Amino acid sequence: MSPAPHPLPVPALSVQHLSVAYHEQPVLWDVSWTSPPAGLVAIVGPNGAGKSTLLKAVLGLVPRLSGEIRAFGLPLAQVRRRIGYLPQRASVDWDFPATALQVAAMGRYPRVGWFRPLPRAEKERARAALAEVGMADFATRQIGQLSGGQQQRVFLARALALEADLYLMDEPFAGVDAATERAIVEVLQRLAREGRTVIAVHHDLATAPQYFEHVLLLNQRAIAAGPMAATFTPENLARTYGGRLSLLEQAVAAAQGSSRAAVP
Amino acid sequence: MSNALLDALLFAGGYNATVVSLGCAAFGLAAGSLGCFVLLRGRALVADAAAHATLPGVAAAFILAALMGWDVRSLPLLLVGGAASAGLAVLAVGALTRNGRLRDDAAMALVLSIGFGLGVVLLSVVQSLPVGGQAGLKGFILGQAAGMSSFDAQLIGGLALLSVLLVAVLFRPLAVLCFDRDFAASVGLPVRLLDLALMGLMLAVTVAGLRAVGLILVVGLMVIPAATARLATERLEVMVPLAGALGAFAAWFGAALSAALPDLPTGATIVLAASGLFMLALAFAPRRGVLAFAWRQARLSLAAAREHATPADGVECRLPPSAGMER
Repeated sequence: MSPAPHPLPVPALSVQHLSVAYHEQPVLWDVSWTSPPAGLVAIVGPNGAGKSTLLKAVLGLVPRLSGEIRAFGLPLAQVRRRIGYLPQRASVDWDFPATALQVAAMGRYPRVGWFRPLPRAEKERARAALAEVGMADFATRQIGQLSGGQQQRVFLARALALEADLYLMDEPFAGVDAATERAIVEVLQRLAREGRTVIAVHHDLATAPQYFEHVLLLNQRAIAAGPMAATFTPENLARTYGGRLSLLEQAVAAAQGSSRAAVP
Repeated sequence: MSNALLDALLFAGGYNATVVSLGCAAFGLAAGSLGCFVLLRGRALVADAAAHATLPGVAAAFILAALMGWDVRSLPLLLVGGAASAGLAVLAVGALTRNGRLRDDAAMALVLSIGFGLGVVLLSVVQSLPVGGQAGLKGFILGQAAGMSSFDAQLIGGLALLSVLLVAVLFRPLAVLCFDRDFAASVGLPVRLLDLALMGLMLAVTVAGLRAVGLILVVGLMVIPAATARLATERLEVMVPLAGALGAFAAWFGAALSAALPDLPTGATIVLAASGLFMLALAFAPRRGVLAFAWRQARLSLAAAREHATPADGVECRLPPSAGMER
């Protein structure tokens, strides 16, 4: 399921004049941004910069004051099937009575239909998604009995089962150990090789240039965006994080921030 | 008494008693299975507020019927009134909590109190009306299966079975909604509509239970069988039918018991029957039960004690002597 070849590269996501407010407090203000047509993109910014809100506003999960969203050049309603969302792990109750395989299988329902049991072949696809994130042995485990990193992998498997062309991931690396982080990076690289787009909220300034090719620096407004090498500069980071902190100090602060699980 | 109980349990108490038992059982089935989703969506207290808020609607329908010269004992009319005011209560909870205006629990307690208070005031108006049948309304508070007509029981059973059917049809969308609403919305499920459907089903089951269980305890039959089933299983596709079966059993057994002992309020009897099953599950559930937990703990401590008592592989042995002294 790779995206259809286009004569002109269409941006996977374009956001025009997007504004969102909670309780009259602006969270995003007049954000305009065009993503590259494919590849791995990090959204980087301090806590409260509106990174998660940007993803939610794109998906229509939070009301927006203004703005136009297009994915692959089309309004969202027409391309929902091509978009996959990975919410923050802490946003759900893991005591829910379901197995890892059943959660992964939720990624197949939109294609198969909601009103009949999953055919065997579809169940196998969900199982393959679990296997890709190294969770095949835990398929029948109730999700509450998994570790945090394993739960994150199950969430990723559900997203993979969607077979989307554009993925919006909210802190895929939050609170996971080194092994899970490597496993997730491998999955992201596979998606990028296949010409898909992954836009991920990322908290760790130290690993951002290593994992991602493009970056959007966000702090209520779009501060800077573009290829990592040209955009991820100390000047732009200082403008994003607002202080005159050295890059090293920011990286340390960000690392501490990301080690606390589930920063909203 | 025991003969009367046996008759009621075995559906041998005559046509009317049998239909009433079956109607109650159908309500229990609906309450138990829908209760799983109500619980997993975190809506148990909303259901309780809605149940209490049926009273002003029921009383208002009674007053309307008395003023218009209709039959004040018409169950469909009273239930429509109860559903209307309960629906308003659900909308009020939603409006009060929107944008963090008020905390959930505060909003629900507020709506519950206002609804029930208004209902009690309207009941005193009802008492002053120059028509008979006021005593029947008391049954709506604590539940009274005795004296239910077979038409009433068929109405309740029909409403309940319709709800069960809808729960079965909506099983997967509701499951995904309850687990992860944002994901459900991101793949295009109409989450607002589904939430509305869940609340609508909750209202239907609540009013179906008013006559037999009463508005104070009706939430118990949505919560207790679902919680019991959750103790017994880790699978939603087992939990929902199991909770339905437990609810049906408790409602049938409780209704039969209160039919045999007419002084027993049906609602309390049904809820206590459900609670008895819950206690059994709490003690004996395979993984989450108290006994299973104690057994696992005991085995673990035994294993730990054995391990620690074995010499020569403890960590302390490899530490220099001073390390132990510093502590």
